[in-house]
Amino acid sequence: MSTMTTEGVVETAAAATGAEAGRPGRAPAGEVWRIGKVRMRVEIRQLTRNSSLLIYTFALPVVMLLLFGTIFRGEIAGTSATYQQVYATGMIGMCVINGALQNLAYAVAIERHTKALKRLRTTPMPAASYFLGKVASVLAATLAQVAVMLLVGVMVMGLRLPADAGRWFTFAWVLVLGATACSLLGIGMSSLIRSEQGSAIVWLPIMVLQFISGVFIVFSTLPKAVQEIGAVFPVKWLCQGMRSVFLPEDFKYSEPAHSWEHGRLALVLGLWCVVGLVLCLRTFSWRGRDDG
Amino acid sequence: MTTALRTRGLRKNYGDAAALDGVELDVATGEIFALLGPNGAGKSTAVEILEGLRDRDGGDVCVLGTDPAWGDHRWRARIGVVLQEARDFTMLRVGEAVRQFGEYYPAHRDPDEVIAAVGLTEQTRTLTSRLSGGQRRRLDVALGIVGDPELLFLDEPTTGFDPAARRQFWELIRSLRSAGTTVLLTTHYLDEAEALADRVGVLSHGRLVDVATPDRLGGRDRAEAVVAWEQDGKRRSESTAEPTRLIGELATRFRGEIPGLSVVRPSLEDIYLDLIGSGQEGER
Repeated sequence: MSTMTTEGVVETAAAATGAEAGRPGRAPAGEVWRIGKVRMRVEIRQLTRNSSLLIYTFALPVVMLLLFGTIFRGEIAGTSATYQQVYATGMIGMCVINGALQNLAYAVAIERHTKALKRLRTTPMPAASYFLGKVASVLAATLAQVAVMLLVGVMVMGLRLPADAGRWFTFAWVLVLGATACSLLGIGMSSLIRSEQGSAIVWLPIMVLQFISGVFIVFSTLPKAVQEIGAVFPVKWLCQGMRSVFLPEDFKYSEPAHSWEHGRLALVLGLWCVVGLVLCLRTFSWRGRDDG
Repeated sequence: MTTALRTRGLRKNYGDAAALDGVELDVATGEIFALLGPNGAGKSTAVEILEGLRDRDGGDVCVLGTDPAWGDHRWRARIGVVLQEARDFTMLRVGEAVRQFGEYYPAHRDPDEVIAAVGLTEQTRTLTSRLSGGQRRRLDVALGIVGDPELLFLDEPTTGFDPAARRQFWELIRSLRSAGTTVLLTTHYLDEAEALADRVGVLSHGRLVDVATPDRLGGRDRAEAVVAWEQDGKRRSESTAEPTRLIGELATRFRGEIPGLSVVRPSLEDIYLDLIGSGQEGER
């Protein structure tokens, strides 16, 4: 690349086509969105065809909620929130982590390995449209998982759902921002998986992230230092946002800042979305290491 | 005659080894150009640079008026690429895959028409993972042409085809040419190059050692022909630059039909093996 000269080529370019400039252009936003919607349909369709993954995906949060809800009972000291409610919000965090960081990272790595990405690269499909499709697939899967889990929670464990629209609005924007941030992180992490068998490399960081983000353990009971590390990553904020949706208002006094911190939460997740997108656009590789 | 694709002094190194060492290639608009060469000669490297999938280390490249290293979505909308064998999108049906790829292009061909052109109409609702090798390869071609490209790259398109499937495939490629598509094809099969290509280029050790029409490659048209016949119960043969004259003499000698007459010119394979220096490479 370094010794490549482009002037001569640009000249012939102008001579050959007579119109087009030699500079590469970015696809307009309308085109990114149009093709993004095509990708969303394809991604969600592919998701529904993977029956074993589908069963695992839907069973996991339900089984985990039933387990946690059976082991830990009653109200959390000093609040009117039950363990079931707290774990239900933790499971939403887990769904996003599993969908975005584990399944998505692996799926992208496989698409790189099978040269699906290389083939897509030869088409006019913009990279951002591809990312849109991936984010949508994680969102769709998470929404479906959460719906099933909440249904079971309400029927079996006496989980109470919020009745006011404001809380459901919070649920929507927290989920969209959180899933987007985590999905972009997962797409970035896919580069760590170098072969079909290499997915184990992402399990350990995911496990650690789940514990320091308050997915399995009530966040306020974590040591201060661990809380601070957790606060760097998006999952902690996603779970906190979900607690603000599903837990009684007085639970916010158990949070580190004694408030739900919606403003900061939106800022951190939004920042992760932007940083994640830039990182993906810049570092995303369309070909595997075994392909030259 | 306009040029669809041109390289000047194209170089690519892998470590210290030069995979491409000053390749000068011209492909005219509307022609089928076949790139022949043994494994490791640099065919795929060259094609992937032209497709904009790989960086180069030197030289100028111009594909449809654009340097592929700077090719954007508008440029990619004008090319079609069929990579070497791939097993991707296994969760989609044939129709879904072709329709999906069509929608990436601002102006694309009718997906059902494309599926019919590659002979997969009956498999439209079949999962791509259930296709046979040859059917899968035809799907690859469908994905490559659904965007109605001006220039189509085919990297070893018929590997693993049975003879009938290859002939059908050749017909498909010819029909694309009739419609005005330029085709750059790499292949291992000399009969494929001979049957399809307007011109053939032979790549050996990262260099284009010859470019010509299939019947003229390596001076094939000027090479001496071997005329053989039977005389006194024995097989006789003579190498000559003027086979017609020799046959005339023989016809006079035999007063008519020459027993067991055959005229053999060097096959494309003989010429090819000669060009790439047969024996140097382990593989053909």
